[in-house]
Amino acid sequence: MKMYTDKVMDHFANPRNVGELADANAVGEVGNMKCGDIMKIYMRINEDEIIEEVKFQTFGCGAAVATSSMATEMVKGKKVSEALELTNSAVVEALEGLPPQKIHCSVLAEEAVKSAIADYYKRKGMDPTPIVGCTGDCKSCHAHAARDEE
Amino acid sequence: MKENYVYADNAATTPMSEAAVRAMLPWLTEEFGNPSSMYSLAAKPQAALSTAREAVAAVIGADPAEIFFTSGGTESDNWALRGAAYGAEKKGRHIITSAIEHHAVLEPLEQLEREGFELTVISPDAFGRISPEDVRAAIRPDTCLCSIMTANNEVGTIQPIAEIGAVCREFGVTFHTDAVQAMGHIPVDVEDMQVDLLSASAHKFNGPKGVGFLYVRRGTRLKNLIHGGGQEKRRRSGTENVGGIMAMATALTEAVSNMREEYVRISALRDRLIAGILQIPETSLTGHPTERLPGIASFTISCIEGESIILSLDLAGIAASSGSACSTASLDPSHVLTSMGLSHEEAHGSLRLSLGRYNTEADVDRILAALPPIVEKLRAMSPVWKRDK
Repeated sequence: MKMYTDKVMDHFANPRNVGELADANAVGEVGNMKCGDIMKIYMRINEDEIIEEVKFQTFGCGAAVATSSMATEMVKGKKVSEALELTNSAVVEALEGLPPQKIHCSVLAEEAVKSAIADYYKRKGMDPTPIVGCTGDCKSCHAHAARDEE
Repeated sequence: MKENYVYADNAATTPMSEAAVRAMLPWLTEEFGNPSSMYSLAAKPQAALSTAREAVAAVIGADPAEIFFTSGGTESDNWALRGAAYGAEKKGRHIITSAIEHHAVLEPLEQLEREGFELTVISPDAFGRISPEDVRAAIRPDTCLCSIMTANNEVGTIQPIAEIGAVCREFGVTFHTDAVQAMGHIPVDVEDMQVDLLSASAHKFNGPKGVGFLYVRRGTRLKNLIHGGGQEKRRRSGTENVGGIMAMATALTEAVSNMREEYVRISALRDRLIAGILQIPETSLTGHPTERLPGIASFTISCIEGESIILSLDLAGIAASSGSACSTASLDPSHVLTSMGLSHEEAHGSLRLSLGRYNTEADVDRILAALPPIVEKLRAMSPVWKRDK
């Protein structure tokens, strides 16, 4: 079929940072079963706001798995403020491209990272909205697709 | 094809048989003449078309004059539906079809709907079967056409076509069946099935791509779809694909002469595949348990997504397919599975393995060895797998 780059296939076949994190202090989940992709990201963030450890679990297509894997690689060891700057297009670029109909997976990956960080602030009793912004945690499949076209 | 690659997607397409390739070649080189020409070079291609037409007609119990060669299943379906709808328009503009038809049927019908025809779409039962009684109930005085597929391409369910054909005939409704997936694999006879129009495509029975035929019962009102030089008795224009047509006739004759043995052999492989895959926890068979095409085994596998299964199988050297949303641009999973009552969640985890002429016991062994660890790996990665427990 060859719809994906070698980089995507590498991250699909050998995903980095798969699993759960027992001592996570930040957990975010985006997507839903009806749409066919769910991403859950676990982080352990230390007192210096550095993401020491990150794990993910994903239900979805090849691109969903690969973007989750790549996004976790890109935020691992980074400061929270740096992780918040991760964009879906940076994930796409790091994967050396995605087919147009799969761009929404990279949007989901960006949102999963933000959703986990929002959870981190919530647990600290802070309102995450001014820091994190929209995590895109909506229930419509087509909302993601619509955003791709912007 | 790569060596050691297991091809289990015969419902998508099939490799050509050696006999079909041999039957095709002469018409591409030394006997390349246009069958419509007046000179002697046209004589052999002309005769070849007659031979092929007779062979195809004999297989489906038709008269050779009722066989029209086309560019494949999609053209045959488009021609049958548009041609018959406008051909029987005087009777009315109401058309009956099912929710599990191929896009080559649904899309032209939706186009007819935009042009002012009215459509009734019958839902299947949980096994993907269309009830003849539902067809009867849908027929109105202004019903001009009914189109129900012979067997479904995604789940393999075989439809009660003879009974539906009888209902249509009782009410004088033109009846079309898309037999693309069934042809060459189960008996297809236009008299038994009581059909007026029947579509078929060569590449589903080890013939070439880009060639098919439409059976048109004598007396059926059918407008032309393709206009031009007046080939096929002025019904379907375009220079005949002589090589493709000869290869199709050869492949079909071959398929039918081996059908009895192949049906038994391939059904046994399919049943072993089904039994083996259902050993994996939380998997279900989709489609009818017994009334199904010999080659098609289709499943849902909970908590994992179809495209991931297909990519993983491909990495393990196995070609299969899925009705998951991710295999399309629409974000919607298979209309066939959802119309059978499956939730979007279930349809996302669908897997279709389709066996054919060149599959062996060893292929089934390979699939049964490869799939369980793939399912395990993807479920271990899935955030919804343990949540259900």
